[in-house]
Amino acid sequence: MARNDHMRTSGLPISHEGFLGHKRYRYLKIAIIVSIIAIIAYVISDVKPRPNGGTWYGYILGTISALLIVWLMMLGIRKRAMTSGHWSLKAWTSAHVYLGASLLVLATLHTGFQFGINIHTLAYALMVIVILSGLVGIYYYATVPRKMSDNRAHRSQKDMLDAIRALNNELREAAQPLDQKYLKDVTSAIRQTKIKPGLFSSVDSAQRQCATTRAARRLRRAASKAEPEMRRPLEAVTAILERKAALLLRTRRHIHSKKLLQLWLYIHVPISFALLAALAAHIVSVFFYW
Amino acid sequence: MESVKIAIVGSGPAGLSAAGRAAARGLSHILLEKAPHLSDTIYKYQRGKYIMATPDQLPIRSDIEFKAGSRESIISRWDQDAARLKVNVKHGADVTAISGSRGAFTISLANGETIRSEYIVLAVGVQGNPNKLRNPGADQPFVQYQLDDPREYYDENIIIIGGGDAAIENALGVANPDQGNIVTLLQRTDGFPRAKDANVQALFKARDDGRLDFLTESSLIRVERGGSGESLWVAIVDTKDGEARLPCDRIIARLGAAPPRKFVEAAGVEFTGPDREAFPVLTPQYETTVPGLYVIGALAGFPLIKHCMNQGHDVIEFISGNRDLLPPDTPLLEALFELAPVRRSVDEWLEYIRSSVDVLNDVSALQMREFLLGSTIHYKKRGDIVVSRNDTGSSIFAIIDGSVAVEVDPQNPRITVPIKKGNIFGELGLISGRRRTATVRAAEPAMLLEIPRNATLKLMASVPGVKRRMDRISMERQVGQIFGQLMPRRAIEEILDAAEIIPLKGGDAFIQEGERSTDIFIIRSGSVVVEKRIGGKDVFLSYVLAGNYVGEMSLFYDGLRTATVRAAIKSEVVRLPGVIFERFLEQNPDLYREVERLVSSRRKLNDYVEAKRESFSSVVDMHTSIARFLLEEEGLSEATDALVIDETLCIGCDNCEKACADIHEGISRLDREAGNSYAYIHVPTSCRHCEHPHCMTDCPPDAIHRGPDGEVFIDEKCIGCGNCQRYCPYGVIQMASVPPEKPGLLSWMFFGAGPGPGEPNKDWIAKSRKKESEPPKLAVKCDMCSGLKGGPACVRACPTGAAKRISPDEYLSLATDGKA
Repeated sequence: MARNDHMRTSGLPISHEGFLGHKRYRYLKIAIIVSIIAIIAYVISDVKPRPNGGTWYGYILGTISALLIVWLMMLGIRKRAMTSGHWSLKAWTSAHVYLGASLLVLATLHTGFQFGINIHTLAYALMVIVILSGLVGIYYYATVPRKMSDNRAHRSQKDMLDAIRALNNELREAAQPLDQKYLKDVTSAIRQTKIKPGLFSSVDSAQRQCATTRAARRLRRAASKAEPEMRRPLEAVTAILERKAALLLRTRRHIHSKKLLQLWLYIHVPISFALLAALAAHIVSVFFYW
Repeated sequence: MESVKIAIVGSGPAGLSAAGRAAARGLSHILLEKAPHLSDTIYKYQRGKYIMATPDQLPIRSDIEFKAGSRESIISRWDQDAARLKVNVKHGADVTAISGSRGAFTISLANGETIRSEYIVLAVGVQGNPNKLRNPGADQPFVQYQLDDPREYYDENIIIIGGGDAAIENALGVANPDQGNIVTLLQRTDGFPRAKDANVQALFKARDDGRLDFLTESSLIRVERGGSGESLWVAIVDTKDGEARLPCDRIIARLGAAPPRKFVEAAGVEFTGPDREAFPVLTPQYETTVPGLYVIGALAGFPLIKHCMNQGHDVIEFISGNRDLLPPDTPLLEALFELAPVRRSVDEWLEYIRSSVDVLNDVSALQMREFLLGSTIHYKKRGDIVVSRNDTGSSIFAIIDGSVAVEVDPQNPRITVPIKKGNIFGELGLISGRRRTATVRAAEPAMLLEIPRNATLKLMASVPGVKRRMDRISMERQVGQIFGQLMPRRAIEEILDAAEIIPLKGGDAFIQEGERSTDIFIIRSGSVVVEKRIGGKDVFLSYVLAGNYVGEMSLFYDGLRTATVRAAIKSEVVRLPGVIFERFLEQNPDLYREVERLVSSRRKLNDYVEAKRESFSSVVDMHTSIARFLLEEEGLSEATDALVIDETLCIGCDNCEKACADIHEGISRLDREAGNSYAYIHVPTSCRHCEHPHCMTDCPPDAIHRGPDGEVFIDEKCIGCGNCQRYCPYGVIQMASVPPEKPGLLSWMFFGAGPGPGEPNKDWIAKSRKKESEPPKLAVKCDMCSGLKGGPACVRACPTGAAKRISPDEYLSLATDGKA
């Protein structure tokens, strides 16, 4: 008799396994092993006249590193080519991260610690930039999603934008009885709702400079000084403005988080291509112009 | 005076087909039609309405062609066929009376003409005379009883009267926000009992969205000129709160139609009874109690076009003396029995199956024909597998000949239980919606009838005897499966006689903590949650699926309930009276020990929780609230496979959506960002592949099925009616048309051709699509990427591992033997 069928009890709910911990850190382990082997080999293989990319060991490391770079860059295609078959992008990402980081060891050993002002060192430097930007990316991937989830409180971006639009409509109605000068504040709060913070401006400064925040502040002050019969409409409008400002803060944080998750890619990806070009130049030059 | 052999009254599908047959046979005939065009009912359908050709398997036998298609294509086809066959049509012929009998009928028309005929075929249908408003002012030209094209009306105040499907569909049609109509629907009673559920839901939703309004318990009093002169009209309406004046530019009244019984009775035709639904008494050749007068089509009780057209053909054959004509489905049924070891005629087979298969005893010959057309007959050799454990499938099997063996113990296939000739199996899957619980093999050469889910449900709904027998059998099986090895046969019999099926709504508690009772409940369908009150809070203990039982614990706690058990969703449980168990356990100490051993793990869990009740921490609280969120709010308790996203890992790249769109013709079947979250667990808007899929409730072309991997999918039969979308409580079905094909990935990457991965944007679609070539909007939903080797694309395409597909019995369940 199928006993377990009748004996079901809850365990802990869903556990997801992230890309960093994929298959119990399989690719971290591989990357560490590869790096250790490379270091040991570097130490014991006493190449003459000195460690250099042009020695047999240097060639091995260089070939591995170059192929690895090409493979790492294939992630961009893998991610977008939805084909059948038993692959998982998570596994690819995991391998990309750890094997990519191991390049810091492999390629550095490949240089034999010889640096200069030349195409070879340029390729190396570009690679380091790519890897460092990748590390930044991992940091963001590990920290931002949780904050983003806290911030959005079940709302999608579309919900937020819809809610802002609805508040604008409410504002338009509620502001009808106000004086011309306050009406102007409200109108600019509606018209100048710039949600996206600029590339380099922080959410806080965007929030501070926002027409809605300013209008809320001014109307709140006006309400405290206003005649009793004007106080109520002013307070009503202020309340809506403050709700809108709070929602704007949430929306801006959301967009800012999304930006953080993507911004590093604007370094990581173009520099990767520059690296590929430099790498090609490096390989061509060492073989043809030695 | 005109004189013909056969006069056919009414040019709907039945009458037209009859006239077509008469014309093809060269018989002198006349087709009398009141309207200036053929087939008035279909002519008056809403523009573009898609007309189906059901039942699918039934072959059509008519000289007039009929295929599923739009109203327009069907009407023009029929006009062409009538002209080609030289059907003698007389338009504007409103028949007022029929007298005489075979050989000498006289037909009187409203314009005073009379026609003589030897035979009459009455095919007037029931839609010919809609019920009309009799209120003052209702004779205005803006009061109409049909709606041809809802797009014709702009910026009008429209009042719809009626609470049936036609009224609701019309209201929804004209309430399109782009048209600016102000739509109010008046319904006389409270609620909409006559309309389809999907339509009622759509109506309520439309009101919530502010697209229209409806007033129940309200009726029209009169229509009069009102407002400030000009040409304004108002409808005076009696509402719950007194009289109201509604401005009105148009009234659309959909009050149903009455079969013209008086007219038919005046010709001397007898009906089966006095009630509204009664039909004329007919011979198998459709002849009424008046010799020579035949009735076919909707008036004979057959509302489907295919049936009508076949009858039209057949009735002319019968009149012409062709008495050997077999029903049109006979060749198909013959093919079904082709491989049978014994030769029998179709009628003999039907009778043989009906009498030998117990659950089918009460089914009529006509119903047998209908469901057999959609069924399959299997011939199995000894040892052949019929179904395998964990297969998906919700059809049932009936043993026509031979017998099968059920492997009840997955560990030891040699332990089997036989099922003999005349019995059914597979019914547990049908009732619970879960996978097959056991492997079944043929024990000897066997002839098996496999009846698909929908046909079975239809039989159960229309033949009470089938439902009664099915319920009894499934109860026997479940009790037998769970207690059969522990208790003697007579105890099982006694328990079964006292067992009762209890339907539950989601949230209903059927076991209360602290209560005294020893009744045991088997969960027949749905699922339940077990909770215990600890420190003033209900703590989630476990989630129990259909096919399992609860309540046995109190046998070991002096009849005291130690936990509360509630239905997680709409469920059915079988209550087995505890007194019988108690008595048998007392009499038999061996049995007591055996049962005690069997339930020991649950006891352990309970004792453990009991012992730790003081020290229970917020972790348990959290666990409870997550379980509640998923099971109750997000409906995962009826899910078999759902996409769940870990928000601490999700970077919002939407690669899941893009992958989904790229796998599926450019339409994503999931909306990642939409949907609720709790404790960083996000349930996006995406199909959960329910046990009993709501979307299947009313799919007119029967296009929704469960596939081999448990996926619920929509096949190419979809007609885009949107019923499934309305029925789905999770909003995961969308109506969409396939976008044009995109250029390949590499040409996008290197040359910027096309919109790139994922769902193409609207502008690109508009630009790339040739004018007027938009494919029809069809229902689109997740199919779990069936047929794709690597499994669901959404999960494989997630770069961080945030997306995961789960089935609730996996993640909320841990076998606790020795663990708790």
